[in-house]
Amino acid sequence: MQTTAKKQMNDWIEIGTLDAIPCLGARVVQTADGDIAVFRTADDRVFALRDRCPHKGGPLSQGIVHGNKVACPLHDWKVHLDTGLAVEPDEGCAARYPVRIEGDRIFLSLAPEEGCPNL
Amino acid sequence: MKEKLVVVGNGMAGMRAVEELLKLAPDKYAITVFGAEPHPNYNRILLSPVLTGEKQFREILLNDDAWYAEHGITLHKGKTVVEIDRRRRLVKASDGTASTYDRLLLATGSNPFILPVPGKDLPGVIGFRDFADVETMLTAAKEYRHAVVIGGGLLGLEAANGLLKQGMKVTVIHLVDTLMERQLDRAAGRMLKKALEARGVHFRLEAKTQEIIGKQRVQGVRLVDGTELTADLVVMAVGIRPNFALAQATGIHCEKGIVVSDTLQTYDPRVYAVGECVQHRGLSYGLVAPLFEQAKVCANHLAELGYARYEGSITSTKLKITGIDLFSAGDFSGDDSTDEIVMQDAARGVYKKVVLDGNKIRGAVMYGDTLDGAWYFQMMRDGTDVSAFRERLLFGQAHLGDAGHGDIKQRINLMPDDAEICGCNGVCKGTIVKAIGEKKLFTLDEVRAHTKASSSCGSCTGLVEALLATTAGGDYSTATKKKPMCPCTDHSHDELRIAIRAQSLKTIPAVMQQLQWKTPNGCGKCRPALNFYLLTAWPGEYVDDNQSRFINERAHANIQKDGTYSVVPRIWGGETTPRELRSLAEIAEKYRVPTVHITGGQRIDFLGVKKETLPLIWGDLSQAGFVSGHAYGKAIRTVKTCVGSQWCRFGTQDSTTLGIQLEKMAWGAWTPHKFKLGVSGCPRNCAEATIKDFGVVCVDSGYELHVGGNGGVKVRVTDFLCRVKTPEEALEYCAAFLQLYREEAHYLERTAPWIERVGLAYVKQRVVENEAGRKELADRFHYSQKFSQDDPWAARAQGAERHEFIPLKMVG
Repeated sequence: MQTTAKKQMNDWIEIGTLDAIPCLGARVVQTADGDIAVFRTADDRVFALRDRCPHKGGPLSQGIVHGNKVACPLHDWKVHLDTGLAVEPDEGCAARYPVRIEGDRIFLSLAPEEGCPNL
Repeated sequence: MKEKLVVVGNGMAGMRAVEELLKLAPDKYAITVFGAEPHPNYNRILLSPVLTGEKQFREILLNDDAWYAEHGITLHKGKTVVEIDRRRRLVKASDGTASTYDRLLLATGSNPFILPVPGKDLPGVIGFRDFADVETMLTAAKEYRHAVVIGGGLLGLEAANGLLKQGMKVTVIHLVDTLMERQLDRAAGRMLKKALEARGVHFRLEAKTQEIIGKQRVQGVRLVDGTELTADLVVMAVGIRPNFALAQATGIHCEKGIVVSDTLQTYDPRVYAVGECVQHRGLSYGLVAPLFEQAKVCANHLAELGYARYEGSITSTKLKITGIDLFSAGDFSGDDSTDEIVMQDAARGVYKKVVLDGNKIRGAVMYGDTLDGAWYFQMMRDGTDVSAFRERLLFGQAHLGDAGHGDIKQRINLMPDDAEICGCNGVCKGTIVKAIGEKKLFTLDEVRAHTKASSSCGSCTGLVEALLATTAGGDYSTATKKKPMCPCTDHSHDELRIAIRAQSLKTIPAVMQQLQWKTPNGCGKCRPALNFYLLTAWPGEYVDDNQSRFINERAHANIQKDGTYSVVPRIWGGETTPRELRSLAEIAEKYRVPTVHITGGQRIDFLGVKKETLPLIWGDLSQAGFVSGHAYGKAIRTVKTCVGSQWCRFGTQDSTTLGIQLEKMAWGAWTPHKFKLGVSGCPRNCAEATIKDFGVVCVDSGYELHVGGNGGVKVRVTDFLCRVKTPEEALEYCAAFLQLYREEAHYLERTAPWIERVGLAYVKQRVVENEAGRKELADRFHYSQKFSQDDPWAARAQGAERHEFIPLKMVG
């Protein structure tokens, strides 16, 4: 809880430009608390999730992005990029992180959205 | 305002169509459903186990009242539609309830055929169609003793078995001399009769009903020969008739059923029909698989997508009587142009017959051991050439090309609930059975989604299908002959490959647009497949789409469970030098590689390398003269060799040199699945060449070429392709074989299942017999190799695809 409180204070961090992430791909932001995967969809929306599949902790950033989902490279679970929830009938979630885009600059907040324990 | 869809019929076909429609266009229609029965929608094919007491009625409900409410569907239970006014687009039920429609879906099912004999209307004379019939039978079983079932078909025998289980004395009357004569031949029919007699069912075969006798209630049945049978309950199970009276009354064209087109539309284009009530291309179906297929196509048109077509179904049947295993599919009686392969073991109660037309399966009947039914059915639908394993066909799939694993498939019905079915995902029989029952699963894909069984290596697919068949009730399987590549498209692998060439489609978006993909940018299944198909169709022209490659191929290394990678440099033909080994040792130490492992393919594997380190380690490897081993790809892997005539006292040819030449020729090529080679210097075969995709066994007079072997999940020994005299020929045949496989196999299909699908004879014809064709194939292979033999590691060590290997940002 302490770390969360600390994070909530902090602000948006600029992490790079849109063209640094391949379309239908992802890049990783390394933090002291673990990796965050930053995804870019075909229509240039950007989402950030904890880089851990709710199944066995696989790095979601390495998966194939399709529509607004990513397929985990380890056992092919699919995770919704917008909600962080596993695609049914699988159950589980990866924590979401707020993302903001200004022009082509991407900003990330390290304070996870509430609702998912898989931080 | 939403358009109004009215569905007449709350059975399996109608509701399946609604479910499919909700998936495609959840908000398009305001939906109203009329059902004559006073229940929500239930699984009619499981009425038999309800009758035997093996299941409760609530267990077979498919959608409860809450489901209708949740989807905003108005359900009129227990209201029979009596009139359709097509001019005013209005349907009316018997109680006066009326509803207008923009589109109408008729799913009125079928009625049991009632013999037109005197006494047919007496109380105690029923059909076997709905839950009310089951309730009547259960009540009768409590009060009375004698039951007569008229009709020895599937439904009649299930009714007889159920009534017997409920304690009644049951006699089955059947018109001809073979039970289930539409599904079984005489031999299987006799075995079935014997098994049921042993349980206590009595039979009167070749017997015709003349009259049903009784005053207040049925008391007996009189046959034409004068015999009288005592009966307190008579179940008529002599067939079903499509229920089209309502459609006919409103002037819709009907023959033996409501006539529909390939889009499931009747002659009135606002009116659709699905299920047992329809007649499509002259046929009506009474099994669930075709109905589901129709429902899917109908929903596609109701949603105005407009691209699906129903082209008829091939069906199979399984009897749902616990303890009696029976399977039948296709044409099981054959004619002058067909052959039969028969196996009969009366003592074990096993009978199998496969009817062949040329080298293709046209039908099958199995009794007592039906485990391979799904396999035969699959080959029948796919038109698989079985010539290569014809003599082993009846031993079943488990015995096919198998080195000592024949008994791996235990008899599924003898398996305990805790027996593991899916070894990859650790799923037991009990878990699958439970999920099928509780979650109402009907298809293999649904079982995969819910339990993960059969979703990884797929070797347990046959077992899962068998479980589905016994649990969900026989006729579960998808009825289409053509299998779409993935849920994003209706096209099969072959159709896509043809379209890519014929329509000169040169990018993934072009394929998706031209062929009407259902998803905006595909999925993790279709994108890698399309990328490969485009790569092979347009060598040198197509630009590889990295984002459509699985991570291993994108990063040119194998992802491990902890997110690190493994690095396997190529060691040509498995031969190395002290200098090479020294540099490998130094590199491993320099980068603190946690584990160094010798692979089965005669190479060295560095495990536990972090992604950021990959380009650095590759830079050092490249300086030491190594290139990528492609151990991570659907690509040419390794060529395993023995030392051959160079050293070995038994060696007949220089197998090591040939192995190195093969690897230098083939490395870098992408293939539908991984492709391994082996060259053994003599028939002792130390390089295990006969379990490789392409294997060479050297003999004194030349080189034996073998194809289509693999180790792995299901060991398969190669097929012998031919013998050649020179190493040059061996190289040419290998190139041609590789190219044929690259051009024609489905993505993720290894050479073994590909050869089983197309037949060894076909491969021989293309690679061995047709000399000009072989040279053309080899030429095409060499041409495409011009573009694939750049070492991906060297390029990345020099900075290519840099974003793949470094973090976007490091914080804190």
